[in-house]
Amino acid sequence: MTGTRIQHTVPALVVLAVAAVVTWLSFTEEPAEAFLFPRVVSVFFIGLAAWNAWRAVTGLARVGGGIPARMAMNVVPGVAVALVFVFVAATSLGFYVSGALAFLAITTLYDPAPLSSLNGWVRRIGVTLIFMGVIHALFALLLRVQTPRGMFF
Amino acid sequence: MRMEFLGYFGGVFEPVAFLLLLGGTVGGLILGATPGLSPTMAVALLIPFTFQLSPAHGLILLGAAYTSTVAGGAVSAILLRIPGAPANIATALDGHEMARNGEGTRALHLSFLASGIGGVIGVLLLIFLTPVLAEWALAFGPSHLFWMAILGVTLIGSLDSKSFVKGLLSGCIGLWLSTIGYDDMQGAPRFIFADALTGGINIIAALIGLFAIPQVMEMFAKGRNAAAIEQVAITKHRLSDSFREIGRSGRALGVGTVVGSVIGLIPGVGGQIAGLVAYDQTRKLSPHKAKFGTGHPEGVIAAESANNAMVGPSLVPLLTLSIPGSPTAAVLLGGLLIHGIFPGGDLFERHPEVIWTFINSMLLGQILMVVFGIWIAASAARIARAPVPIMAAAVLVLAVFGSYSVQQSMGDVYVMLILGIGMFALEKFGFSAAPLVLGLILGPIAEANFIQGSMIATATDGPWIYFFGGLLNLVLVALVIGSIAYSFASNRAMNAAVDGMQGDAR
Repeated sequence: MTGTRIQHTVPALVVLAVAAVVTWLSFTEEPAEAFLFPRVVSVFFIGLAAWNAWRAVTGLARVGGGIPARMAMNVVPGVAVALVFVFVAATSLGFYVSGALAFLAITTLYDPAPLSSLNGWVRRIGVTLIFMGVIHALFALLLRVQTPRGMFF
Repeated sequence: MRMEFLGYFGGVFEPVAFLLLLGGTVGGLILGATPGLSPTMAVALLIPFTFQLSPAHGLILLGAAYTSTVAGGAVSAILLRIPGAPANIATALDGHEMARNGEGTRALHLSFLASGIGGVIGVLLLIFLTPVLAEWALAFGPSHLFWMAILGVTLIGSLDSKSFVKGLLSGCIGLWLSTIGYDDMQGAPRFIFADALTGGINIIAALIGLFAIPQVMEMFAKGRNAAAIEQVAITKHRLSDSFREIGRSGRALGVGTVVGSVIGLIPGVGGQIAGLVAYDQTRKLSPHKAKFGTGHPEGVIAAESANNAMVGPSLVPLLTLSIPGSPTAAVLLGGLLIHGIFPGGDLFERHPEVIWTFINSMLLGQILMVVFGIWIAASAARIARAPVPIMAAAVLVLAVFGSYSVQQSMGDVYVMLILGIGMFALEKFGFSAAPLVLGLILGPIAEANFIQGSMIATATDGPWIYFFGGLLNLVLVALVIGSIAYSFASNRAMNAAVDGMQGDAR
């Protein structure tokens, strides 16, 4: 089996819980006509989710290697930057400033070059400025998208 | 009807259209050559840029990107042994061995020439088969369209996933997500758990999240110490020699093109397996079987002609029946819908200029792809070695800006990111994005026809006879059940084989 049984069981139970909520809401919410199609979908949804959970609990789930601890450790900093960028910084600092900071943070976090390398910082800041310049040209000038300005830009 | 497409060639040569075709082709080649950027993600990220364009121009850009990213994926497969897309897995088998033997340029020439020839034949099939199938699809009523939408989800759910339970479950999740928001008939709120979901889940934001964010997270997963990439020297090779070699490789080219075209026509199967099946068949038919895997040009030619021959035919079921032939075609369906173009039997009557200009641009795009592919082959190694952290950061920022630009709504950005992070986790446990996306895209089509069919059924013979009566309904239901049963049986066979191998190992 690829991945541990518990690793497969947890997401399978989460999906089953979501399916249960969807099924419950589909059959209890009104007006019934509006929930006709969701009811049909939810019957298959909960049936398949239960089957999937049973396979995970009994160790029959084989597909997918799960998320090893090392991979999770590597992913967490980048996801944290993405979440802060989208949910906090984008509207408070402004789209372009927060985008630039997120770009710089990710390239710094995942750059194999040592953080003490001056050349590395110059390269990363240079690439960030060029990339954000291209993004500004595309979205602000070409597509005329009005992005949240926040404190800066 | 058969030669109608010739009357719309002028649209492709309009300055804006031609520039978009050129830009889409060159940009697609570069994106395809960059490891980690799949054709599906590239097309999804491009959709927001088409809002300002006319439907024909938007589709030209998306079609050019689709064609050239598949071909461009061969660059990293050959030079780095990292397939730019799943469709290029078979290309890496012999292509990288050729590159290691100092024949990288020759392998790239052959791959682009084979892609171009396979691609042109694939688009010709699209031109001649689509109107025929479209006329046939005109006879479809709401019950048939409902079953077609369900068939699309079950086909991709069962054939595109390693686990058919998880594939179908992904399809169900997509169908459920499509019902979030206000109901069209009653105006009743459904599953609106947060303000961001009030308007429902925007398809484009969802596509970007489901295809781009998991790839960004895959890049994060490599950490600071991305595996060292083997460097291969690029030596010059005469283009005329490559042309002569392609001329002598009729068997590999023929097998690749036929296999790719047939697989492209099967809804949901996609290009992933076209290259591998063509490679395997060419090896079986070749008198030089032992040379395959050691840097044999026929391996590259078969794989690349197949994966580009698949592109055109994968749009036949999409344009006529709303069932995409590949995950990238599913994203293209999203692009069609946001421009108000609904696939179906009367598509060629409602939007002939848009659809024929789009298809003609794909034909011309194949030729441009060969020209520019060979031109960039010299600097391909540099493109293919783009640093992973920069690619991850660039795709994330582009995904945020792209999803915001759809409706200028932060809600879409939140949905995009949450769906993307959730999809990454689900993929790690064997779920697949393609059926989920299909469910999300085909959900509204299935629901509208289900409701319309239910109304007709109530006024006539009742739902059982309406939805299950008649030959066409029965055939479609049989196909839905057959696709699930086939996938179930093949899953069981695969599990039994794995158990057998594990038993032998013990």
